[in-house]
Amino acid sequence: MENVYELIAFILLGGMVLGSALLVVTLKNLVHSVLSLIVTFIAVAGIFLLLNADFLAAVQVLVYAGGVCIMVVFGVMLIQRSDIAESNPVNWRFGFAALLGGGIFILIGMFAARSQWMIAGTEVPKDTVGTFAPILLTDFVIPFEVAAILLTVALTGALLLVKEVKANGDRS
Amino acid sequence: MGTGLNPSYFIGLSAALFAIGMYGALSKRNIISVLISIELMLCAVNINLVAFNKFLTPDAFLGQIFAIFIITVAAAEVGLGLALIIAISRRRETNNLDDLNWLRW
Repeated sequence: MENVYELIAFILLGGMVLGSALLVVTLKNLVHSVLSLIVTFIAVAGIFLLLNADFLAAVQVLVYAGGVCIMVVFGVMLIQRSDIAESNPVNWRFGFAALLGGGIFILIGMFAARSQWMIAGTEVPKDTVGTFAPILLTDFVIPFEVAAILLTVALTGALLLVKEVKANGDRS
Repeated sequence: MGTGLNPSYFIGLSAALFAIGMYGALSKRNIISVLISIELMLCAVNINLVAFNKFLTPDAFLGQIFAIFIITVAAAEVGLGLALIIAISRRRETNNLDDLNWLRW
């Protein structure tokens, strides 16, 4: 019975992910696109919960649905000059892009359907964070610190980039 | 396995999400919509990695650690990308990606 519930949850969450992702790329208003992007990210967090990755689901909601989407909305509000209702148009490449996207999907689907899975019999440990944290802080401590440095440098650089251009604009 | 989920379901889901993101990244005219389409593609990759983590290496947590680093880099990328977009739109009164052709000769 467990399996049937998992399947139902997967179908619901997958439909939510794909539907709202389609809305992201088809809606005319960019702010509405970002709103359905939040729905996509929360549904992806649900998929992560289905895959026994509860820490990652929490990080997904915090970082993506919280931080990234709010930042993108601020970006939209700051740079939009023309009418916001027509702010998400497609260019002349959309036919080619749809063809390429469909081709990639069919290709990956074909390979996934043909492949044989060597599924490990064991389950993911129940206490995800408790087994996750020691691995992250012993074996992967150098990538962890590099990621911290990367975040600091990137966000400081972003701040500097926005300020610097303004100073140049005042001078010229 | 019976009706249980196997990795093919999740790979199909993430392939569809990746295809949608790729369609958006190639066909959108606004810079910010290209950025959020790239976010969709990164999200599809994360689903794939976490599915492999559950089904193939449940004890080693390699997929989840990889996904954590991808989320970190994606957050840095969005911050930096938005700063670049704001800087560009101050210099040039446009948000159309095809107008940004300084490097063309």
